[in-house]
Amino acid sequence: MVHWSAEEKQLIAGLWGRLSAEQCGAEALARLLIVYPWTQRFFDNFGNLSSPTAIVGNPKVRAHGRKVLTSFGEAIKNLDNLKGTFSKLSELHCDKLHVDPENFRLLGDILIIVLAAHFSKDFTPACQATWQKLVGVVAHALAHKYH
Amino acid sequence: MVLNPNDKSNVKAVFGKIGGQAEEYGAETLERMFAAYPQTKTYFPHFDLGKGSAQVKGHGKKVAAALVEAANNIDDIAGALSKLSDLHAQKLRVDPVNFKLLGQCFLVVVASHNPSLLTPEVHASLDKFLCAVGTVLTAKYR
Repeated sequence: MVHWSAEEKQLIAGLWGRLSAEQCGAEALARLLIVYPWTQRFFDNFGNLSSPTAIVGNPKVRAHGRKVLTSFGEAIKNLDNLKGTFSKLSELHCDKLHVDPENFRLLGDILIIVLAAHFSKDFTPACQATWQKLVGVVAHALAHKYH
Repeated sequence: MVLNPNDKSNVKAVFGKIGGQAEEYGAETLERMFAAYPQTKTYFPHFDLGKGSAQVKGHGKKVAAALVEAANNIDDIAGALSKLSDLHAQKLRVDPVNFKLLGQCFLVVVASHNPSLLTPEVHASLDKFLCAVGTVLTAKYR
């Protein structure tokens, strides 16, 4: 089980309270599809992903980004039981969606960049370190049920 | 993975904007890397890694200078960094995974100092560039 210090919990909750899951989620997913275009392989039914502009404006990308980040919010509410929280989602990503877990790490790194751009100087090295740890454990939890 | 003309121009624009702050960015990149990825500190047992360390600042300056050099010679990064590539292969032997970690932290520094500069397209180009630099520096490892 992952241990979270009081400071880490504060750095996570503090930032989370100040961001919009919808906006950050949409941006993170759009950037994932733009910066690592091979990730588009999972979204054949999303319509127009032909250019960065198309991707950013794509309503399915926005909606799915929001879904992903909202799920992240669940993680934050259950920091002491991430594997349990993501158990079903992990099975889904393996059995139905067939997503290589490396993609969870890629999205996590992209989310960090989005947070850095959003929070600027407030995204201190300590803040980044905590959030890198968080995205890492979320990625690990999502990969946990793979077989 | 190849840098197309758009990538090259995006990268040059970023470094043009960063200008003289590159050294500062280099230092902050290292500071963030040591905080977020403590395993990277194993390459610096001889350094004082405390806050404001002159050694970290000095080393950040070197790292930034290398990135600037690569950006200024973006059509031949391998040529521009050939000596550094030899150094990493023969002496430093930093495990290849760490270049991605440094790259991530550099992107965070750029993003946090210039949110509007790092559009998705520029982000993609800069990420590719940093990958290319890492590839060059590890090219002679074996």
